[in-house]
Amino acid sequence: MTEKNRENYNKNYIAYVNSFDPPTHHFKNCLRAFGVGGFICCIGQFFRVVLEAFGLSGDELAGTVSVLLIFLGTLLTGLGVYDRIGRNAGAGSIVPITGFANSVCSPAIEFKTEGLIYGLAAKMFVVAGPIIVYGVLSGTIVGIIYWLLG
Amino acid sequence: MAKHTIIFDKRPRILSTGTVAGPKECAGVVGKYVDKALADDMFGESTYEKAECKMLTYAIGKAIENAGMKEEDIDMMISGDLLNQIISASFAARDFDFPFLGVYGACSTMSESLALAAALIDAGYFKRIVAATGSHFSSAERQYRYPLELGNTRPPQSQWTVTGAGGTVVADGGSDIAVTGATFGKVVDFGITDVNNMGAAMAPAACDTILTHLRDTGREADYYDLIVTGDLGALGSRIVKDLTWEKGVDIQPNHVDCGEIVYNVIEDEFQGGSGAGCSAVVFSSYLYDKLKRREINRVLFAATGALLSTVSSGQGESIPCICHAVSIENVR
Repeated sequence: MTEKNRENYNKNYIAYVNSFDPPTHHFKNCLRAFGVGGFICCIGQFFRVVLEAFGLSGDELAGTVSVLLIFLGTLLTGLGVYDRIGRNAGAGSIVPITGFANSVCSPAIEFKTEGLIYGLAAKMFVVAGPIIVYGVLSGTIVGIIYWLLG
Repeated sequence: MAKHTIIFDKRPRILSTGTVAGPKECAGVVGKYVDKALADDMFGESTYEKAECKMLTYAIGKAIENAGMKEEDIDMMISGDLLNQIISASFAARDFDFPFLGVYGACSTMSESLALAAALIDAGYFKRIVAATGSHFSSAERQYRYPLELGNTRPPQSQWTVTGAGGTVVADGGSDIAVTGATFGKVVDFGITDVNNMGAAMAPAACDTILTHLRDTGREADYYDLIVTGDLGALGSRIVKDLTWEKGVDIQPNHVDCGEIVYNVIEDEFQGGSGAGCSAVVFSSYLYDKLKRREINRVLFAATGALLSTVSSGQGESIPCICHAVSIENVR
């Protein structure tokens, strides 16, 4: 078979395979993500209201709420619950800060068998690393644009 | 046209099998037939890799025991697995006092090692060889995909790596179940790059080897009671039937896929099972039992493997696949 024929053949095969793709239920997925994501935000809001009653405010308040949510995400990951939530909720449990905690905690648990330094610590950021890198990069770019516009 | 098939004159026999499988697998079709059903997929070990190695060691030891033999009766073991540098197989081999041939055919390792064992025995070089392989969901998942506890969603085309191991003792006589022929497959790549759609990537390889086997032997598809593929899954099985049909061969009535039948799909297994352990466990427990009871008499066992690595898929390479077939028949 020539190169050109092979390419065409593969293209046809891939198109045939794609015809089996089950339809993605966008509406249902969005609804679930909205429900679960919203629920996580409600928990955050609950922490906020309680902490406000203890007299926290401003940056202190925001920071403490984040820390509590990160703790909750990490705890649920360690208990083996968060991946079950994530399987059904999709973006609803990935996008909030609890999802970020899950993405740091899960490889740490997984790779601790290879030691505390080269396993747990080194592999801790295999999933979250790209989020941090591109998060900082896009933040810097937006910052520069903002600065240029005065 | 060159032949890719060996017909074994001396018809090496399968004397016995040894199998072990995880809890999820034992809830399915193989549960009744395995030698050991694990309640805990760690198998009493501290890491998943050690558990996988222990399962393989168990399957090899059990197969030898079931043959009524001792370690010193065995001439060699041929084995491989999915982990980098096939550590499970080589680490299992250090517990045994016979030579070891490590092979890698990804999920096709079971039929590859069976074919090699039969060829070495048929040629008269060895008398008794153990062919074995296994896989573990959690060790495969962390090598190829994501940490277990990561809260991501599995795509609907994906399959679930089987936790289990199977071994067989192949010998120059002593049973009615014979390995009568073997077809070595060539690497086939139809350009699939989606690592979650192994069934679609591997189906063309299965089709190629099955058709080559039938052509080389001059047999019709209905010569076999069962044409068994390894781990194409539900989608891949559908594709392989379409592909062979296109070439004028109808395998629909007697085709069975180990991956498709291994689970009672209840959670996220989607297209079914996969992994080297999938075909090893289903063949060595369920199908071997049917052969022994003579409920089926002629089986073409064609396990498929996807020969990718995380590096190759990271670099955007498509997935080359392979399929080796062995014909196993009840003879007098």
